[in-house]
Parts: sequence; C-alpha cells; structure tokens
Amino acid sequence: MTRVDVHCWIGGYPWRHVPHPEPAVLRRVIEREGVAEAWVGHLPSAWWRDPAHGNAELVETLKPFASDLRAVPTVRPDWPHWTNQIDAALRAGSPAVRAYPMQVGLSADHPALLDLGHACAAAGLVLILTTRFEDARQRHLLDSAPDLTAAHVRALARGTAAHLIVAAPSRALVEEVHWGCSPAERARLWWDISWLWGPPDDDFAHLIRTIGAGRLVFGTGWPLRLMQVPRASIDLLPVDLIGAELASGGEIERRAKGAATR
Amino acid sequence: MSTPLAGGTPLVDVHAHFGRGAGVDARRLEAGDRIGVSCHVASILGSWGGTSPTYFASPDDVTRGNDVMFAMADADPGRIRAYVHVNPNDTAHAVTEITRGRARGAVGVKVAAARRCDDSLLDPICDVAAEHHLPVLHHLWQHRTRHWPGQDISDAADLSRLAARHPSVQFIAAHISGGGDWQHSLPAAADASNLLFDLSGSGCDRGMLDDCLEWLGPQRLLWAADVTLCTALAKLRALDVIGLGADDLADIRWRNAVRIFPPGAFVATAAIRREGAA
Repeated sequence: MTRVDVHCWIGGYPWRHVPHPEPAVLRRVIEREGVAEAWVGHLPSAWWRDPAHGNAELVETLKPFASDLRAVPTVRPDWPHWTNQIDAALRAGSPAVRAYPMQVGLSADHPALLDLGHACAAAGLVLILTTRFEDARQRHLLDSAPDLTAAHVRALARGTAAHLIVAAPSRALVEEVHWGCSPAERARLWWDISWLWGPPDDDFAHLIRTIGAGRLVFGTGWPLRLMQVPRASIDLLPVDLIGAELASGGEIERRAKGAATR
Repeated sequence: MSTPLAGGTPLVDVHAHFGRGAGVDARRLEAGDRIGVSCHVASILGSWGGTSPTYFASPDDVTRGNDVMFAMADADPGRIRAYVHVNPNDTAHAVTEITRGRARGAVGVKVAAARRCDDSLLDPICDVAAEHHLPVLHHLWQHRTRHWPGQDISDAADLSRLAARHPSVQFIAAHISGGGDWQHSLPAAADASNLLFDLSGSGCDRGMLDDCLEWLGPQRLLWAADVTLCTALAKLRALDVIGLGADDLADIRWRNAVRIFPPGAFVATAAIRREGAA
C-alpha cells in the first residue's frame, strides 16, 4: 500500500523556532521515511485572519514538488467569500482542506461549521481538523486556544456528509466521537495516528482492536514533530496486530470525491 | 532472533517504570526487546495512586513499591536494574530507604514530585546518594511557571541549584520531552556539569534533539523512554539521521549511563559486558 502522510505542513510556527519547514526538506524526509505522498498545509495560516494569502503561497510554493507534495489549503468558514477557498482548492487539485475552528473561535454549534462541512462534502474534498499542535503543557502564554473538542467533530459528522480526518487526536477524543456517532457517520471519520501512544500502554493497538485499523490513517505532524513517530508506533504493534492495514489517504480521497455532488 | 529495531549495540533505558500491571510490565519488556533495550533502569512510584498519590507516595507505599522493584531486578538482573524511589517529605524514611535499597542492589535514587527539588529536604537524600555513589533521577516539569494539581513544582533551574549544592552527585533531569517548555530547560541547566538529561517523554518536537546537543553535548544526554516506547524509538531513529558520530551515539545509548551509575551496575547485562564496560 502506498503510504500517504495526511498531516503535515510547511511554513513557520508562531510560538517557537522550527527547523527547516520547507518543502525541499519535507520531500527529502518523506523519501527517507518511505512515504510516497504528503498532504501539506500552510502552518501560519492556522493563525492568520484571512487564509487566502497563505493558500496562494502554499499552492505556488508546492508547484515544483507537485508529484508528491499536495497542497491542502486552509478554509475559514466565517470569513466573507470563504467559499472562494474551496473553489481554489479544487482548481489546485487538492485532496483536502484544513480548518481550525479553535484558532478562530468557532464553537461546536456555530452555523459556519456546518456550512463548511456541507461545502466540503459537495466539493468532494476531505476536511482535516487538527486537535492540537503542541502538548498543552508547553504552550506559549499567548497560545490560548483549547484543543479541538469532541463536540466539534460530532457536529460535523452528524450534521453534514463531509469526509473528515482528525489530526493528532488522543485515544479519549477518538473514543468519545467514534462511539458517539452512528455507523454511517463513523464511516466518514478517520483518525491520524501521530498522537496515539504505543507500548506499554498501547492506545494505538487498543483502537485497532476496538474501532478497527480502517478508521486510522498515517500522519506525522511534520514539521512540528519527528516524522519517525508513527512508523515507530506501527513497528511496535503487538505481534498479533503486525501488518494491520490502516486506511490509506488515497482511498479516503476517492471516497470523498465519489460522494461529491457539485 | 532478528536485528532489534534500534540496532544491536547496547542500549540502556535510564527512565523506566514497572508495577503498572502485569500486562503493561510484560508489554514493556516485550517492546523493549524488539527495540533492543539491553537494560531497563526502573522505579515503581508507590502504589501508582492506589493508596496514596503517585507523586506524593506514603512511606508504606514507597517501601512496598521498592520491594516489588527490587524483586523484579533480582529476578532478571541483566535486563532490569532498580532505582530506590523516595519521598523527600518523609526525610528520615527516605534516607533509610536509600541505604536499604543500595543493600538490595538498587543502582540509583528516584525522586518524584513531592517537594520542589531545590528544597533543603533534598539535601540529606543527596548526601546519602553521594555516600553510595548513586545518581539521582528527578522528575521535572520543564520550565514550570505555576502550580498544577497532582505534583509539586520543579524545573531545570531548580534542579541546577540542587546539583550545585551536591557537586559529587550525578543528577538526571527527567524527560526533557515529558511536558513543559523544554527550550527553557537546556540553557537553564547548561552550566550544571553534574546534571544530565534523559530524552524520555511523549514529546517529539523537531529541533529538540538538535538543541539538546547544542546546549549540553552528547556526554550529558541519556536515552530513555519513561512510558512511551514509541516516541523513544522515534528519537533513536532521529539521532541516527542527524549526523552524530558513532562514539557520540554510543554515549547517549549506553556509555553515559555506565559512567554515572555505580561500578558494576550493568555487570549482568550481556550486551554491555561484551563491550568490556560493565
């Protein structure tokens, strides 16, 4: 199976220095780690008021790397003319868009959240949400946005037909949402494994046994986190789970596109 | 047996824990074998919250946990070595427990988070650690600027002050990636030459290993896992690709541990014995 990293970015981070968050470096790293393709967001756009400039920069910067680094623009659904970013993502051939409701202060019941889900579903774009960027204990004083809540994810899964990937969730978040959704809703939900612990506590293995490997997808959180972590988690799975097949980014993309209505 | 995931050279985990349930303990050993961990230097923090809080363990729980830890080390001395865990608030008990632990084969002292680590109550503990040539592994929250529930405050600046008061003791600052502002810890501790850092913790920020090497150098870093072996393996693989020489890697993997633990601490560990350095 072709391994796709569905959770990485390029660009700087407002709260600390991150070494070399550039696409040329990302390409070298994914080659070294045996990753065939990366879905790449623009990290600063998570905090910018209007993500349009970041999206334009992202698409332009990734053009020389288009064979394996695919742009994942940011959409802020409470911003005027935000659907232009959905259109731009389609023109760029993006598999997905990213949204950061916590960073822009959207509550779980904000109508714009459902508007975003509906728009992604119609366009056949996967919607990627980010639980956290850093461990809560090390955040900058001004980095006060809380982690993504289960209520946000449930609202999107229940209220729209969007295909969702949640990046960097904990086991607790996964379980609260998964078991709080109907089977049809769960079937459109995937969880990146970059923040699920391996042995000895084995949260990752536990979730494979309970919700199934098909609900989990490979992601790394590069450039904030070491790309080696999720592969280490896979390599350390209990013997009976070695070879468990995670969902592939390509399959998630196909399913989202197959359900598009526009 | 196939080649371990982290290669076949010695590897000492200087920050391990057991006593968290038979299944969890077994899984730690099994995953450690797959990684290639030669020896787990481990502690049990009282009852892990069962009858007294994990970081504020009662004397009875401290003793009971240590007894289990010593028995595990006795049963598998090549693969498991014990810290003696103490709560500095019960200072007399702590001092007695260290002496008892050394007699039972403990190779280091583990202090959790029951008292700010530059408090004078730590001094008698460090004195007896010095007497027995035992390193002191101290739990930290990196650059902790306020109190959080469940543990007392300690950071690298605090531990540097304790290390300055006890220059003959080797201190290990726990889990540089175990929570808090690790970027603060490195310069805060840079001048404390008897203070080493273990690399354990669930964090795996890019740039952390580079900064550790820049501020402390490979002779003051110790590989470790604490309770996330996945991130520990990832850090080993990252160390492999950031351009360290073989000697520096060996220092971090095991030689610094051999240097700071008492002579003979790893005499039963075959991989280290083969290197002629136990």
